[in-house]
Amino acid sequence: MAKRRNGAAAGSEPAEEAAQAGRAPRGSLADRRGGASRTAAPANLGVLGMARWAWRQLTTMRAALILLLILALAAIPGSLLPQRIQDPGRVTTYIQDNGQLGQVLDRLQLFDVYSSFWFSAVYILLMISLVGCVVPRSAQHWKAMRAKPPKAPRRLGRMPGYEEFALPEGQAPQALLLQAQKRLKRAGYRTALAEDHVAAERGYLRETGNLVFHISLLALVITMAAGSLFGYSGQRVLVEGDTFTNSLVSYDSFEPGSYYDSDRMPDFRLRLDSFDATFDTQAQGSQFGQPRSFLAKVTETSNGASTQHELRVNEPIRINGTRVYLTGNGYAPVVTTRNAKGQVTFSGPVVFLPEDGNYTSRGVIKVPDAGKEQLGFGAVLLPTAGLNQDDELISTFAGLERPYLVMTAYKGNLGLDSGQAQSVYELDTSEMEPIAGADGQPLRLEMSPGKTAQLPDGLGSITLDRIDKYVSLDVRHDPTQGFMLVFSVLLVAGLGLSLFVPRRRMWVRVKDGRVEVAALARGEDPRVQAAAADLAVDLRD
Amino acid sequence: MDVNVTLAAWSNLLVYSAMAVYAIAFLVYAFDLFGRQRTADAAARRTAAEARAGARSRAGSRAQGRAGRASAKSSVHRTSRHEQVAVLDAEDEADADGGQARAGSSEPAEAADADGPSAGAGADGPGAGAPERGASGGIRRLARVGTALTVLALLLHIAAIVTRCLSVMRVPWGNMMEYAMTASAIACIVYLVTVRVKDVRYLGTFVTGAVLLALGLSITVFYTPAAQLVPALQNYWIYIHVPIAILSTALLSVSAALAVFQMLRAWREAKSPRILRFMDRLPASDDIEKASYRIAAVGFITWTFTLIAGAIWAEVAWGRYWGWDSKEIWTFVVWVVYAAYLHSRATRGWSPTKVAVLNLVGFLCVIFNFTIVNVFFNGLHAYSGLSS
Repeated sequence: MAKRRNGAAAGSEPAEEAAQAGRAPRGSLADRRGGASRTAAPANLGVLGMARWAWRQLTTMRAALILLLILALAAIPGSLLPQRIQDPGRVTTYIQDNGQLGQVLDRLQLFDVYSSFWFSAVYILLMISLVGCVVPRSAQHWKAMRAKPPKAPRRLGRMPGYEEFALPEGQAPQALLLQAQKRLKRAGYRTALAEDHVAAERGYLRETGNLVFHISLLALVITMAAGSLFGYSGQRVLVEGDTFTNSLVSYDSFEPGSYYDSDRMPDFRLRLDSFDATFDTQAQGSQFGQPRSFLAKVTETSNGASTQHELRVNEPIRINGTRVYLTGNGYAPVVTTRNAKGQVTFSGPVVFLPEDGNYTSRGVIKVPDAGKEQLGFGAVLLPTAGLNQDDELISTFAGLERPYLVMTAYKGNLGLDSGQAQSVYELDTSEMEPIAGADGQPLRLEMSPGKTAQLPDGLGSITLDRIDKYVSLDVRHDPTQGFMLVFSVLLVAGLGLSLFVPRRRMWVRVKDGRVEVAALARGEDPRVQAAAADLAVDLRD
Repeated sequence: MDVNVTLAAWSNLLVYSAMAVYAIAFLVYAFDLFGRQRTADAAARRTAAEARAGARSRAGSRAQGRAGRASAKSSVHRTSRHEQVAVLDAEDEADADGGQARAGSSEPAEAADADGPSAGAGADGPGAGAPERGASGGIRRLARVGTALTVLALLLHIAAIVTRCLSVMRVPWGNMMEYAMTASAIACIVYLVTVRVKDVRYLGTFVTGAVLLALGLSITVFYTPAAQLVPALQNYWIYIHVPIAILSTALLSVSAALAVFQMLRAWREAKSPRILRFMDRLPASDDIEKASYRIAAVGFITWTFTLIAGAIWAEVAWGRYWGWDSKEIWTFVVWVVYAAYLHSRATRGWSPTKVAVLNLVGFLCVIFNFTIVNVFFNGLHAYSGLSS
């Protein structure tokens, strides 16, 4: 921010001004204005005095600069360590893997950098510093905008832009001054006519832009905080043919803002009719098998009317201020298990999580009602099975070309009744044992769609009926986004003005038959001499 | 989904040929910058003396300090044939040459393009005396050849981008390789445009060297076969967000190159180490600083725009405008560092050299954001095209 107490300015004005006006060493003007800011806190100030001193320090340019640098540094750990806001699972794993260190890092809130006390402290201090600067400067600017341009200094020759010529024959001094005033006004200058000269100033928009930029920045931060209070986001996995009703209970995970009122959740239903993914079969090297299109066809039902939508990445559906995004997809093998009597004990799609670019997917099938003993299957789906150099089964392509499901079967207790919440993607085998095959080794089932495998010991059979697809949907509501956009636009506009509108003062004086034209740049202004020269040429003719 | 393999192969070939020409331009520029110092020093001494004489006669109403400064600088400007067209440091020119500053500014195009000494004389105007021209004609021939070669290399470079673009019929910035190719071409254009406005050919070695490095990396380490875009990139924001990011990168890199020269020049001015004698042919460090600042200021605005456009796209693609993804974090860090840079320029106690250090820190963050973050950090911006 400009004109902080040590005389510094946004964009750099006073120092620059000083340098341009008198070719004085950098910052001399700043020194004069900010004499006190560098000194240590004087003794015997008392509490109020100390507070005032601290406030003065905080609103200096130096403090703002240091806070900015600390803010940049403080943001970095969030990119080096896993963050809870992105992936809580990875944070847990990281803490487990690193023992003591993980604990210490967690206590320092290094896995929640952007809501940590130290990160908040930096940006809140920065904002306070900003307020302490914006408010007085707005007042100052308000006054400046209504004040007359300052009178000409005695010796105009010192100005960086200076031209001098004889008053043309037969022209009255007053007429020339009026002509100069008219021309300056036309060029957007504020002018004032004095006894022997015209004073003019332009570039108020620079400071206006500067203030708009900084105020927009404050507004953005506040709006961002408000958005997280009043909005919500929820995630839901939807298999082809399934329907999702927008209500709290139907989400897989849901994060409401502190002030979000879930009663006001819009009422709608979404059915996933089909999902199609295409992968590159033409390109070479690393580009082979890359996804090229994801398309989910969904039917939205709200207020009794149904609408068909094509949901893609980058093309969310918007329903009454709520937006639905396609954030992921994968395969859900449809599996049926039967007991020894041929009765169906489990049937349905099981969501598998893709683990790499070739959609090698992992999932578990839990059959609690299998019979005396519960059954569990740990499975890997290979959408296009192939062999690698070591003759191991791997997936070589993400599309369903040669799907293959590889399973290990367990029997025993799934642990579902222990009361502890269990992940649907993990099998707790602590009370289970692998089912042994004919050779006594743990049974490994490899099957393609339509195939059925018999389990030994009268445990029944398992069938892979087909492989469905599923999508992960993000449902979000943020009532503040429109404001964010408005403030962002203001921010860029203000920034442009504050960096590129030149601030300039000009004077035209007629004295003793000589005309003097002078220009003084206030801040960056590459055209200050040209401005004086152009005006002089105009007035001479 | 089609990929024209022939065109893609042509593109790679063109990258190699552009690299060859950049390499020659790099060498020629290097000879221009470091070679033949004696001639340059002699010419500088002569012109400095002359300018001092001129300045003294004009000193009249002006402060003595300014005249002294002008003379010191004019010895530098003499190495440029078209110094009068300098818009970026018009005020200093006017100090040294008075009213003649405007005489040349009416024909910047000719001055920048003119190749022979005679054309140069026309553009120079009365402000530049005979001795300078004689000296500079010999010295700067290499720089002229370097610039011509750079233009040729840039044409090949652009041809490489266009063929790549046509081979897949989409924008040429879908992965790291294409981004590096396009950003280096834009940096080269920024440099050549700046050369037309102000003689910054001393940057030539730096710019051609950096472009050479970027192209070398993009054809080897970053190499990605031509292919279509992943779904996350299939949106019109790719026409807005990415080119502005590329432009920012190019602007900030040219600004950083200027900052390096500013620091070296300031060092030469203060301590006069012999090893930096070639620096005497450069403009004063203050002038370089101003040019560096102006380019960085434009870069800061475009970077801000990149950030905002990115946030809007993120809202469309991922459902939130800001999520502290590793790329977002580093883009934010870059933004804050450059904001600090702009503020530091106005902070008392921050010398221009310290300010330039901040500029370089900012640029290092840009490079880090592009290379390390793209390749090694997990995040949603995983579009490098490199297989992990």
